[in-house]
Amino acid sequence: MNTPSSAAAQDSLFTRLRRHQILIPLAALLLLALFNLIIDPSFFSISLRPNNEGVLLLSGNLISILDYGSELAILALGMTLVTAASGGQDISVGALIAISGSITLRILSGAQSDAMILPAFLITCAAAMLFGAFNGSLVAFFRIQPMIATLILFTAGRSVAAWINHNEQPFVSSERFPYFGGYLPGIPVPTPLFIALFCFLVTWLLLKFTNLGLYVQAVGINEKASRLNGLNPAWIKLSAFVLLGLCAGVAGFIKVSRTASINYSVIANNIEMDAILAVALGGNSLSGGKFNIGASVLGAYVIQFLTTTLFTLNVQSDSVSAYKAVVVIILVVCSAPTVREKLAALLKKRRAPKQAGQSA
Amino acid sequence: MQEETVLEMRGISKAFPGVQALQNVDFRLRAGEIHALMGENGAGKSTLIKVLTGVYPLDSGEIRMPGKGTVQIHSPQQAQKVGISTVYQEIPLCPNLTVAENIFLGRQKSRFVSFRRMNRDAQALLQSLGIRAEPTQQLADCSIAVQQMVAIARAVDMECRVLILDEPTSSLGENEVQKLFELMRQLKKRGVGIIFVTHFLDQVYAVCDRITVLRDGRLVGEFEAASLPRVQLVSKMLGKELDDLSDPADDIPPAADETAEPVYEANGLCSDQGIIPFDFSVRRGEVNGFIGLLGSGRSEAVRAIFGADKVTGGTVRVNGKPVRITKPYEAMQQGIGYLPEDRKRDGIIGDLSVRENIILALQVKKGFFKPFSKAEAQQFADEYIRLLGIKTASADTPVKALSGGNQQKVILGRWLLTHPKYLILDEPTRGIDIGTKAEIQKLVRKLASEGMSVTFISSETDEMLRTCSRLLVMRDRRLSVELTGSQLTQNTIFNTIAGGDPE
Repeated sequence: MNTPSSAAAQDSLFTRLRRHQILIPLAALLLLALFNLIIDPSFFSISLRPNNEGVLLLSGNLISILDYGSELAILALGMTLVTAASGGQDISVGALIAISGSITLRILSGAQSDAMILPAFLITCAAAMLFGAFNGSLVAFFRIQPMIATLILFTAGRSVAAWINHNEQPFVSSERFPYFGGYLPGIPVPTPLFIALFCFLVTWLLLKFTNLGLYVQAVGINEKASRLNGLNPAWIKLSAFVLLGLCAGVAGFIKVSRTASINYSVIANNIEMDAILAVALGGNSLSGGKFNIGASVLGAYVIQFLTTTLFTLNVQSDSVSAYKAVVVIILVVCSAPTVREKLAALLKKRRAPKQAGQSA
Repeated sequence: MQEETVLEMRGISKAFPGVQALQNVDFRLRAGEIHALMGENGAGKSTLIKVLTGVYPLDSGEIRMPGKGTVQIHSPQQAQKVGISTVYQEIPLCPNLTVAENIFLGRQKSRFVSFRRMNRDAQALLQSLGIRAEPTQQLADCSIAVQQMVAIARAVDMECRVLILDEPTSSLGENEVQKLFELMRQLKKRGVGIIFVTHFLDQVYAVCDRITVLRDGRLVGEFEAASLPRVQLVSKMLGKELDDLSDPADDIPPAADETAEPVYEANGLCSDQGIIPFDFSVRRGEVNGFIGLLGSGRSEAVRAIFGADKVTGGTVRVNGKPVRITKPYEAMQQGIGYLPEDRKRDGIIGDLSVRENIILALQVKKGFFKPFSKAEAQQFADEYIRLLGIKTASADTPVKALSGGNQQKVILGRWLLTHPKYLILDEPTRGIDIGTKAEIQKLVRKLASEGMSVTFISSETDEMLRTCSRLLVMRDRRLSVELTGSQLTQNTIFNTIAGGDPE
């Protein structure tokens, strides 16, 4: 056989595989869209409607998906990096959002003017990154499994959040603070969408103009070899956790901006599971290595799409988790190595007779 | 001496896809003897043991035990049942249980355990074997040596007639090794046949009665330890007859320029991997090599040079200036490159593409904020794919999809791309085909003629003689002798590896 053609065949196989990764969330998205289209086509309608104050705003299910999926999408960015670098997941992001929100409110509830919003945001982010560094150093330097390491903050986080505000319910009466979780004056599109877009853009630029992607993947795939190529695996893992902390900080800021208040035990409840699910749904290996940020973000919006769909079907909010669980089971089973091998073998079998036919 | 046979293996063959791991190997173990199983990497020692313990099914041949006839062993449990026990280097016990619990774990006859009786029995067993451990002690609190002995005690108590010790001494100190030997001699008196696998020649001659040598999956022979000189043993393991004096005259390695400046100098260098402090230097354009048996410390020595292991002492000069090299990044900044011995574990980043694997080291050297553009990276990759003749579908192919030799070339390309002043190649030719081997040897000499300094490690003496102008002989983790000029012959090498002085 001549080599060029076999090389080309291999090449196309790998490009197909690469397409495969974004294919998973894309297929899930299309399936959900198709489902909604059949049940109720009005699901997709978007309209410009006045709110109670008479301001014209875009509304519709799609807008609310994009709006409420923002925090999850932002978290998925960091979670993807942590997963790729450490081969484990951070389960404390929900608790960290509670802490971040609490810090924001603590600063703003005492403040007299809107000028404190920016410092509050920056302090929140810095604190969240510190907590991320705490998680990261447990994983990187003490070599504790990520899930166990972050279990500490997962358990303690919401108590810490309550403690920051002396277990009170601070309320912020600032006029501008709700902009970040709501709408900017004169713009009918929800602000969280812009923030998520901005975060995605920053991450994309970071991956393009630094070696973050290469280093994170190298460490995630083969830590020993990475070290022998001059990388410092511990620092790379640590930075992934710090970046995830930053993501949680931003998400926490948006979350409290939506309500201008906080409920320590409810805010961002179980969001860590959704964030991990987003990474998995994006076709990224949960045991680390190669990753695709775009696929994770798409995965995050698919989850929000699913949640919104369930709500429009009048599913009780208590039972939403059960339906999500069904999706998780299907996903995990489909991506299990044994199932994959079986599927690959099946495909090979089906393809083999075809090739035999071609060469004959 | 008893001559009763406790185990006989006849005509054992075992093939793995692409490799004939064992070919018609015979092995006989007598009661009350300690029998060393020797051979270099890939000789088939571990395959033989795994066949014997039921980990791998055998392709052909038979295993006979007296009173049992031909035995079929399909699992380690079955092996234990017929009286074959194995103690591996990693101790397969539960550190959080007590010594007694570990000895009797999974062997209680009833559902109820009498701890008092178990402890009493354990006490008796430990005492009879002279092992200093309390039955009620947690295993994790014992030293590694004692843990190993407890594992042996467990094996012995299961009425084993054949005890396999697979490199039991590699993590033990000198005193602990002596204690283990005492225990082995005890068991020998009881009539247990012991198969002892080790890389340390001294230990073989200290305790063993017989030696069976394997090479490339074939039986070389069975010898009485007392009548087999060390040099002979080494030559049998490496597969070269001592009389085979003729050195390949056609390619004599380029003699090093004695006046050239040393590129790298180390004094009293040592690492946490138990390497004994050594002095070493390499001149500009020189190819030298570390030689020694497996486990002699040759890899650990070069790892210390590159800072791959934790460096615990010594001073280093690069181009005459004192520098600190404690981690690979610092070595790379000094223009040192290192191709590791274990390609899969330490070399390739399997899921990343050939291109990413090639640029990795240079990219890390260049810095986090200065990634190569896609075009630059592609150009580098193409250049080295062409230069080294790497057979790959494209630069985008994941490196793990390549054959071993091509993976090795990718890593070689990775380091050549950094244009090192000093390149360390640890077993660059292992497991790759003859053609590629010759190419790599040629490349090394070409690089040296262009002024690069190279340290070369290979298990094949031929290859070392062909490429190196100076050889450093490692023995028992110590740099023992330096060979140059007329000393570079197979004979001298075997002699010095075995522990003699160069003539």
